[in-house]
Amino acid sequence: MHFEPFWWSLFGAGGVVSALFFPVLALLIGLAIPLGWIDAPAYETISGWIEPVIVRLVLFVIIVLPLFHWAHRFKFTLIDGLQLQHWSRFLGILCYGAAIVMTLVSGYILWNF
Amino acid sequence: MDQQINTISKTYKPKMSIFWWAHRSTHIRFIMRELTSLTVAFFAVVFLFFIRALSQGPEAYARYVEKLQSPLFIVLHLLALGGLIFHSITWFNLAPKAMVIKLGKKPVPGSFIVISNYLGWIVLSLLIVWLFI
Repeated sequence: MHFEPFWWSLFGAGGVVSALFFPVLALLIGLAIPLGWIDAPAYETISGWIEPVIVRLVLFVIIVLPLFHWAHRFKFTLIDGLQLQHWSRFLGILCYGAAIVMTLVSGYILWNF
Repeated sequence: MDQQINTISKTYKPKMSIFWWAHRSTHIRFIMRELTSLTVAFFAVVFLFFIRALSQGPEAYARYVEKLQSPLFIVLHLLALGGLIFHSITWFNLAPKAMVIKLGKKPVPGSFIVISNYLGWIVLSLLIVWLFI
């Protein structure tokens, strides 16, 4: 069975989602809040945002699709960059497997928020 | 004497050095661009654990923010932010090549698609900043 288009579609969607959302979120969560440029949102406030199921569903998509973007892209970076064509299958299992595992972890965390 | 003809031929595969990409700046830039996928995975995980910390209560949330203040994480996020912005810019610049939209018979100009993507990115980012401030 030829799964390549499936992984490529996830790669594309993940590329769009990460391109749109991650720079600003990384700026806020990784730099602005830790360095005190802005106050960390109050626990009650931010928990309130995440509580609704629809929000958690959106967060799931925003986390999982970029992971599959990484999986597909990094697999090919290793294959093409390090000339590991003979390891394609193994690298695929490693990369897509890691993304699948993190998808299950994300689902678990967001479901039990 | 009969000569045995070898009917099984092996294809010649030239061996490429694993540093094949290091000799040309265009190749190096290509590899750098592709490696931005690591910054995407890094932040996806950071974000996931941020949400996890929140789910565990106010103390866990405070502890996670403290962890993000460590010099290691600040440096990682500085690098990641650079990589993520580079990913976004290279991604949006490629968008017209990936999607060809036609209005009737005329294709939408590539510049329109690129500008729409950038505008969407800016508006979305401002909305999220506004949410956090």
